[in-house]
Amino acid sequence: MTFDYAHLIPVVPEIAVLVLASILLLVDLWLKDREKGLNHVIAVLGLLIAIGLTGLVGGGDREIVLGGTYVRDPMSDLLKIAILLISLLTFVYSRDYLRDRQMMVGEFYVLTLFAVLGMMVMVSANSFLTLYLGLELLALSLYTLVAFDRDSPNGAEAAMKYFVLGALGSGLLLYGLSMLYGATGSLELGAVAGAVALQGATNQVLVFGLVLVVIGIGFKFGAVPFHMWVPDTYQGAPNPVVLFLGSAPKIAAFALAFRLLVDGLGALHEEWQGMLIILAIISMAVGNIVAIAQTNIKRMLAYSTISHVGFIFLGLIGGNGEAYSAAMFYAIVYALMAAGGFGLLVMMSREGYEVERLEDLKGLNERDSWQAAMMALVMFSMAGVPPTVGFMAKLLVLEAVISVGLWWLALVAVFFSIIGAFYYLRVIKIMYFDKPETAEPLVFGTGARLALSINGLAILLLGLFPAVLLTYCQAAFV
Amino acid sequence: MQSAIPVLSLAIWLPIIGGLAVLTSGDKAPNISRWMALSFSVLTFLVSLLLWTDFDAGTAQMQFVERAPWIPTFNAWYHLGVDGISMPLIILTTFITILVLISGWEVISYKPSQYMAAFLIMEGVMVGVFSALDAILFYVFWEAMLIPMFIIIGVWGGPKRVYATIKFFLYTFFGSVFMLVALIYMYFKSGSYSILGFQALPLSLTEQIWIFLAFLAAFAVKVPMWPVHTWLPDAHVEAPTGGSVILAAIMLKIGGYGFLRFSLPITPDASATLDWLVIAMSLIAVVYIGFVALVQQDMKKLIAYSSIAHMGFVTLGFFIAFSIFARAGATGGVVMGMEGGMVQMVSHGFVSAAMFLCVGVLYDRLHSREISTYGGVIHTMPVFGALMVFFAMANAGLPGTSGFVGEFMVILASFQADFWYAFLAATTLILGAAYTLWMVKRVVYGPVTSDKVAGLQDANGRELLVLGTLAVAVLVLGLWPAPLVEVMDASIQNLVQHLAVSKLAAAPAAVAALP
Repeated sequence: MTFDYAHLIPVVPEIAVLVLASILLLVDLWLKDREKGLNHVIAVLGLLIAIGLTGLVGGGDREIVLGGTYVRDPMSDLLKIAILLISLLTFVYSRDYLRDRQMMVGEFYVLTLFAVLGMMVMVSANSFLTLYLGLELLALSLYTLVAFDRDSPNGAEAAMKYFVLGALGSGLLLYGLSMLYGATGSLELGAVAGAVALQGATNQVLVFGLVLVVIGIGFKFGAVPFHMWVPDTYQGAPNPVVLFLGSAPKIAAFALAFRLLVDGLGALHEEWQGMLIILAIISMAVGNIVAIAQTNIKRMLAYSTISHVGFIFLGLIGGNGEAYSAAMFYAIVYALMAAGGFGLLVMMSREGYEVERLEDLKGLNERDSWQAAMMALVMFSMAGVPPTVGFMAKLLVLEAVISVGLWWLALVAVFFSIIGAFYYLRVIKIMYFDKPETAEPLVFGTGARLALSINGLAILLLGLFPAVLLTYCQAAFV
Repeated sequence: MQSAIPVLSLAIWLPIIGGLAVLTSGDKAPNISRWMALSFSVLTFLVSLLLWTDFDAGTAQMQFVERAPWIPTFNAWYHLGVDGISMPLIILTTFITILVLISGWEVISYKPSQYMAAFLIMEGVMVGVFSALDAILFYVFWEAMLIPMFIIIGVWGGPKRVYATIKFFLYTFFGSVFMLVALIYMYFKSGSYSILGFQALPLSLTEQIWIFLAFLAAFAVKVPMWPVHTWLPDAHVEAPTGGSVILAAIMLKIGGYGFLRFSLPITPDASATLDWLVIAMSLIAVVYIGFVALVQQDMKKLIAYSSIAHMGFVTLGFFIAFSIFARAGATGGVVMGMEGGMVQMVSHGFVSAAMFLCVGVLYDRLHSREISTYGGVIHTMPVFGALMVFFAMANAGLPGTSGFVGEFMVILASFQADFWYAFLAATTLILGAAYTLWMVKRVVYGPVTSDKVAGLQDANGRELLVLGTLAVAVLVLGLWPAPLVEVMDASIQNLVQHLAVSKLAAAPAAVAALP
């Protein structure tokens, strides 16, 4: 059996990221403390190269390579580029934070890049095994990153909680996948889809497997009632890690859900649709209501994440190409918004303490009105107020839901988003209407400033001209 | 007709870009920011005057139409156009914004560039609301209005401003999202987001009722109608003077415009079935809120409640159409009622703006809005006092001022609908006079009650400019409303003819009594 090297071409971006991580692992050994900045430069350059490679090998039809375990299709191209861009943003935002705390070590970048690699593998998975492989690579890297600050008891506690609950989630997912394998006789998504279409819901093992898979997906997304890890992890982890954790993995989780539920178990759509409806409603409810009570801004954003996850599920519920593209658009846009929101927290955390409380943002308009404006854009976008992109994302999902006749679900969704609007307004109120607590001037690095500006303006411009991203999302599901 | 110069796009984006330019000018040279803002607003006003001069009053078709693809995925277009209903409101918007910027000239000392920029951006967005002919474009502008208003009340407002502005935002947001669901539903039924398409879309009565209620949720909060009016007194009291002026003069009218552009033409049968609801809410607003206004001690709150009562007239004028159809079968009264409502909107725009500016003048001096603080202002501020009395008379509906024209037309039309509607509506003539003139009597007339009043300076040049301009506008509209009525006549006639035909039956158009 000859091995055709042409089969490796679609995998080139993953290879590039792996090579990059390996280079960093080695280079870091020889760097003196003051030279650690080179890690950042290599990582950023490497990511840019990876983005370029993804664009180069991308486009064109679906390709299934590596023995049926790996698929490259337009969806995977788009999602990989989004993941790489968000990760790039993470590095740019975090640079000054890491440098000030002597955390700019190779390990941070290596772990993050392994997480990125895991996400890319998940996005392109065509087999249960590859999917799980990517998922675990992502998860293990994230557990370690959450515990990155060795001296922080909060960080250790958060990492412990994340690890235990994450392992539980992965275990349940694996159990479900094994049942699906037992029922269908194959690990490859295409074959599974065929077998499922034949058997339908009559096979009990299949249904059990489906339930466990949905639970596993719920864990990874952080949907209610599997959301317990989210607030504590976000609160305890260092800010750059929360920035990474809160943005890119949501895109990967969407890919996980899509590959499993649509590519693999598409024939069982009615069964998992009902489950997702329940998860979506309670996620939106719990996320929005509990967020109102938070005084820690990271916890507040964690609960808001849970509510946004509910919205992404609404897109998946739709069941047709437009609904899936709406859910994908929402996932990408959400990652962008979360990157902006957490990015500002990372930027402001440079002064020697972690920006955690809502009061830390007081009077930001007086201290730095441009950054306050960018954060305001992020907040309004999360609330779903036009003309930001968050509104367009919500509009698309609502359209998807109404198009299949579930207009009552749309009403429930908008009802909870009104409740949710309150805590975003509160953040804007604190930034604009309150006087600042401290008179210290804010110092931001140019890279981070630029990143936040691009982030904020992208949120506004994508809101005014969503067609740009939308056409790519739609093309993925034609 | 397609236009050569994109007047509407200019009217929308010029102030927005101007606002952004003013924002970047920063606060180091406030006078430069102020003059820059003022010149942008004057430029926008001149551009909007093109709408008046080139307007063809003989047709109900949309004019100055601009159409460009925007989001092909869901057939949403960048589609703009005005007719006789929206055009006067756009000019009102651009006109009032100039006055607002002038009135905030010296008073606003904290971040004046952000203040001016917020109003300019809001001006552009409001013009967008009036001229949008695509439902998503309309919705984007409609919601986008909330952001600058939220910031204006919250940053430059009074002591309870945070409560008031969050209440304002959430109340309005709540109503609007239901409208969004209704718009999406109609998109799936008609295949596009064109508002004119929605107006022609056939809908069953159940569908119409749900859609009507969704729109009612949005517009009733905006207008505001009883019982969802409670955000307005708080917002007005806590907002800075300029914010109150824009809120009362323009933002409330957007609710009324929504009824004319959406509720009535898209769901005529539901409007006919549920007209009693809107009429009841309007009459309660007129009578009950009139009484509430009578007992207010805070001048701004009094004027806020008076605004609610006046807007009750507007919605009454719009919805008595069906009762008139049922009774008289002729359309003349219907047209008069609607035109009365429209004239009332424009007149209220001038009068309430003026009243809030007057209160602002007093507040700038004594930092109090309580009636008890003042007394005998006429002795120390004769010119200002005269203007304030004049505007109070206009608010009460004195013939010769613009306040009379709209109210008169609506009362006459409601006589055709039902004697009791007219009777209750006409009580506004008494109540309006009561609360306004009593306030004026306590504040402006009588002996000088305190040393602080004795030390008052009369209105300065800037304040006289603003108030004088409004006085001229009120007088001209009151004595010669014909140009305004002629401009809107064709569009209103078209709307009324559209209403006379039920969407349920495919029967040929006839002036039929509706179910």
